[in-house]
Amino acid sequence: MSDVVEKTLSALPSLLSLDSQPGAGKLSSTSKLGSLIRNITELTSKHEEEKLIKRELAALKEQVSSPNTTMKQMREAMVRAIYCEMLGYEASFTYIHAIKLAQQGTVLEKRVGYLAVSLFLNESHDLLLLLVNTVLKDLQSSNLIEVCMALTVVSQVFPKDMIPAILPVVEEKLTHPKEIIRRKAVLALYKFYLIAPNQVQHIHAKFRKALCDKDPGVMTASLHIYLQLIKESPDMYKELTGSFVTILKQVVGGKLPIDFNYHSVPAPWLQIQLLRILGLLGREDQSTSELMYDVLDESLRRAEMNHNITYAILYECVKAIYSIYPKSELCEKAAKCIGNFVLSPKINLKYLGLKALTYVVQQDANLALQHQMTIIECLDHPDLIIKKETLELLFRITNTQNVTVIVEKMLGFLKLSNDDYTIVDLVGKVAELAEKYAPDNEWFIQTMNEVFSFGGDMMQPDIPNSFLRLLAEGCESAEESRQLRLYAVDSYLAVLQKDSAHLPQRFLQIISWVLGEYSHLKEGLDVQEVRQLLMKLLDRKGVTTETRCWVLSSLMKLCEGPGADEMAQELVERWGSSLDPLLRQQAQELLCLSLDKDLRTRTLPLATTWDGLEVDSSLSFLDGFVAEALAAGAAPYKPPHQRQQEQCQEKALSLEPYGLSLPVSLSSCSLTDRQSPTLLSMSSGQSGNSTEPSNKAGSSKLNLEGVKRVWGKEGYLPHREVPEESAPVEEASSAVQSSSQQGGASDKSSMAHTEPVEQDKEKQQLASSLFVGLGSHNATSLMGKSETPSQRFRRKPRTQVSTSSSVTSEKSDSSHSSRSTVDSFLYGSLLEEEPVLPQPNTSHTPRVTTANGSSETKTQSFIPTNGTFEGEEAEEEEEEPTQTENDITSVTAHRTKQGSLIMNSDMVIVQPTMWSDQPKDWSQDDSGDLLSSGSDTHMETSPLLLLPADLRDLPHSNINTLAADQSLLLSSCHVYRDDALVLVIFLSNSGETPIQEIAVQLNCEQLEVASLRGNVIDTLDGLGTSVCRYTLVMDGAHTQVEMTGTVSYQAGPGHTQTLPFSSKLSLADFIRPLVITTEEYGKLWLSFSHDVKQNLKLLKGDRDPLVTTLDALKETLQLHIVDIIGSEGIVACRLLQGAPCLLHCRIHGDSLAVWLRSSLPGLPDCVLYYCQKALLEH
Amino acid sequence: MMRFLLLFSRQGKLRLQKWFLPLPEREKKKIIRDMTTMVLARNPRTCNFLHWKDLKIVYKRYASLYFCCALEEQDNELLALEVLHRYVELLDKYFGNVCELDIIFNFEKAYFILDEFLMGGEIQETSKLTIAKSIEASDMLQETMEEYMSKPAF
Repeated sequence: MSDVVEKTLSALPSLLSLDSQPGAGKLSSTSKLGSLIRNITELTSKHEEEKLIKRELAALKEQVSSPNTTMKQMREAMVRAIYCEMLGYEASFTYIHAIKLAQQGTVLEKRVGYLAVSLFLNESHDLLLLLVNTVLKDLQSSNLIEVCMALTVVSQVFPKDMIPAILPVVEEKLTHPKEIIRRKAVLALYKFYLIAPNQVQHIHAKFRKALCDKDPGVMTASLHIYLQLIKESPDMYKELTGSFVTILKQVVGGKLPIDFNYHSVPAPWLQIQLLRILGLLGREDQSTSELMYDVLDESLRRAEMNHNITYAILYECVKAIYSIYPKSELCEKAAKCIGNFVLSPKINLKYLGLKALTYVVQQDANLALQHQMTIIECLDHPDLIIKKETLELLFRITNTQNVTVIVEKMLGFLKLSNDDYTIVDLVGKVAELAEKYAPDNEWFIQTMNEVFSFGGDMMQPDIPNSFLRLLAEGCESAEESRQLRLYAVDSYLAVLQKDSAHLPQRFLQIISWVLGEYSHLKEGLDVQEVRQLLMKLLDRKGVTTETRCWVLSSLMKLCEGPGADEMAQELVERWGSSLDPLLRQQAQELLCLSLDKDLRTRTLPLATTWDGLEVDSSLSFLDGFVAEALAAGAAPYKPPHQRQQEQCQEKALSLEPYGLSLPVSLSSCSLTDRQSPTLLSMSSGQSGNSTEPSNKAGSSKLNLEGVKRVWGKEGYLPHREVPEESAPVEEASSAVQSSSQQGGASDKSSMAHTEPVEQDKEKQQLASSLFVGLGSHNATSLMGKSETPSQRFRRKPRTQVSTSSSVTSEKSDSSHSSRSTVDSFLYGSLLEEEPVLPQPNTSHTPRVTTANGSSETKTQSFIPTNGTFEGEEAEEEEEEPTQTENDITSVTAHRTKQGSLIMNSDMVIVQPTMWSDQPKDWSQDDSGDLLSSGSDTHMETSPLLLLPADLRDLPHSNINTLAADQSLLLSSCHVYRDDALVLVIFLSNSGETPIQEIAVQLNCEQLEVASLRGNVIDTLDGLGTSVCRYTLVMDGAHTQVEMTGTVSYQAGPGHTQTLPFSSKLSLADFIRPLVITTEEYGKLWLSFSHDVKQNLKLLKGDRDPLVTTLDALKETLQLHIVDIIGSEGIVACRLLQGAPCLLHCRIHGDSLAVWLRSSLPGLPDCVLYYCQKALLEH
Repeated sequence: MMRFLLLFSRQGKLRLQKWFLPLPEREKKKIIRDMTTMVLARNPRTCNFLHWKDLKIVYKRYASLYFCCALEEQDNELLALEVLHRYVELLDKYFGNVCELDIIFNFEKAYFILDEFLMGGEIQETSKLTIAKSIEASDMLQETMEEYMSKPAF
């Protein structure tokens, strides 16, 4: 307490001397708040505090409700109320007065009123409605401070359904003369965008204006929005790359006013924002990335000061460098930077260094190798956070050889941690690693046991599921699967015989299932013993009903042999009259089955294989029963959504009469919000539980990277070299040691020497077991079992690496680079001919050689030449190839020339160029684009001619490439049939040799997919093309659905390849015009309940704006315009031949007020989304 | 985006709370409790970062006061430390050699400064000068009004 007094005393002089500083030392010691605070600090117990606050609140209540209280007193009371709330006591009676204060007070009372509102009222609070008018008034006030306050409060508390009411006024503020207002308005709109993206869609053009604002502060604010937009669809903003680069250049160069400096670093927040944006834009896009190499380099160079803020910039820089298309020179610098972080004595920097390593290590595993000693040290760091981050890093570099050590470390950490979230996360990771890399049965089962006992009932349910599935489906070799199951049985018997009281329910369920299914595998095992163990489980306290059901059903499988009848009897007596219907049912079933042996062997056959198991999900075997019941007068079954819909309809009819006027009022907005089922509003990015998207993506990437899983469909990896743990460690330790001497920093080895020898040895040992398989000397690399050493430049292999991957990688990369050429064509609008083509190849060939394992120095000698031309302007790009060629040593020049010759003459490689990602017109491609002309012969017959004759007359889309590899090219075309979308897939053999046994498989969860013909082809001749067709039907409303599929084929005898592909379909593909009369429309309108209202952009044209807009919609969305009367228009469409969607449009000021109704929930939202999109793009 | 910012004392007493995403009252209380216990339990030589559910917690102690904020996955921890530091600098500039007592007794001022500095969880204005100016501008109003109102009392 004494130091409080001291503080107060020290503050006194400034209180007395009339200090000129605005707020300095204004301890309101005489005020009521002051005395309240002082009284509270003097109290000693929580109980006393409660009493005091209660008294205070009572006094407050009296004061605020008295009519004589002035606004000034009210303000003071409000501050006290805020204080009480902060202490955790509710003062809800003041809420309404806070609103009143904001409404009626003078500026400074308003300020407190708004503050109280933003602290008291949540987004969902009803009282907020009362605030709308006040905010509107203040937004339009001539007093800047009032406008600022209103904008602040709007961005803090306004919920989604109240946004439309103020949106136009906030929008107006974007052109306000005062920059602070513009900035706040931009930030408020950013907030709106996060809450309800489709409501601010029409303002995108204005965002662009904010980006070009003359005030850097406003521009900075707009970057928040752009970051978000670019994250969602980077392709739409590629053309802004140049601008962002220029801005960053200026910032880094210190061109901004000194006001923006932070500890003499120019605008660090702005820099970081820009770096993030660049990282997103340059991802997998060479031409865009090339624009930014320079500025990234400069940022790295400039950020040299020893201050947190420069480190923050460096960190983002490194991340950006590793996100974009890689450039070795930059990557090297970035790697050095990471090294500085990791080696820093400052613990915060170390932490960030580990994070950066985790991010980078997927691309460059060697980097982890360089820092292995530091990583080992961090693994034993007293700070748990550092430790956890280290484990995260280790998780990324796990392979078959170091898995045991890493998992052991993870389990060790699990024992220490008590935070549920961490446990669930780590347990999931351990399970993933165990399944992927397990060295043997014993280890796998034991690790999974740990997982189940630690993870308990919190872990994701898919872990036990996939574990059981693995056991059930077995592996390729029957003996292996038998061994695995047998081991599981052994292990679980042991677990049950020990004290199993603490085991989580999930684990018990797994144990009982395995014992029931596989205990017969163990010879000499007494069934009675197993039964005893399971029965004991049944009676134990704390076992849930669900677990009991599992146990009962496994006992059902065991009721054979001596003692079975007694057991059945006993169980029925005990559970046959249980209060729980499930248990009762199980017990009765058990009784039935134990009595009827035949039935039992039929329903529960021993040692079933799961392959032949088919589930009749349509329950067709019940058809007869249903028919009978229907004949007897039963009501037909209605699915739940239909029932719900009918209920809704009843309600809606009574609530909403058909009205024609559509002002944007609050009531209508909240109606809109009543059903917010769409993906649109869900995608606001607000969801709090979107954990580590990048990491998630990363881990799934690991899964896909051609790693042959040890467990899984292909089965248990049979040709493991060394099953024992010790052998590989020793073997590898030598490899790692040598590599650490060669690759590791010299200072580390010297540091290691100073330490005690044993400890050092221990660490070395640990290092060798952890980093085994990472070095370039070692045969096994991060990428799994493929022989390619760490590939610095390979980022995301598209094709599945199955054999020696050099050809494939070259292929995928070349398609990559040539695509970016097309990009530079499109965006740079440099329609020069020829020369652009060889450029990616020249820069490319050496990379492939690196990938193939030859020396890296060659790459380095190349890259600088690359760098020279990057500095130059875009127009010079055309001269670049020759220049590069001149610079290259003769040998390589020869090689590249050859390469480019091949590129020009050989179809196989050129193809990907024309099949760019962008939807392109075929005819144009053929004639106009020099890249593709000349060399290809068979492509001249445009595949559109290959469309089946019956489809040729129907409206159809352009042909897009789906996927390609070295021998097969997949492309697709959408044909819009009335009742479905027909997806035509062209399979083109791009090689000369025929391809055998092609099978196409297509999946989409949200759509009904039916194959028409052609999805299995015996032989496809060289350069031939085959067609296969699918019909797709959409039942529910989805804005966008993703379909995925694979093509498997045999390129050579016995050599099966698969080519995965995926594509997105939008709702617009499924919308068909609905031709009806105005009367029918009126009738339908009344019968629909799901509706949405929104103001849309009105197109200006020569004709009537309404007609222009509706025509534009009709054109892009295949709507049917039923009627146009004056300033109103009615439009109709339907989802294929299913649910109709009606639009009622009316001109409302400058915008088009649209009211959509449909019988299908979600459909109006989705249609609205596409209308908005169509008008924006128009 | 910053999710929330909390200021609390060494004794775990809350001094200021700002939530940039709406949360139910119960959740807020739980977070405050978790944060104070987690942060106060940290050793002085450990790093300034913590994990809480899917959020990253960044905290720093200034004299007797802990500044603690929550970040999303993609945010930069070091930068957040500087955000906290800039806020302290702003408070310092406003109050003049700021101490915990200033914030206790004038917490509404601390809120006003914060509102000028951050908006919707993102940095709005980084310039000390500009913030000081805009706070001053609104304070001037207050100042004159206050003087006027309180004249008879003296």
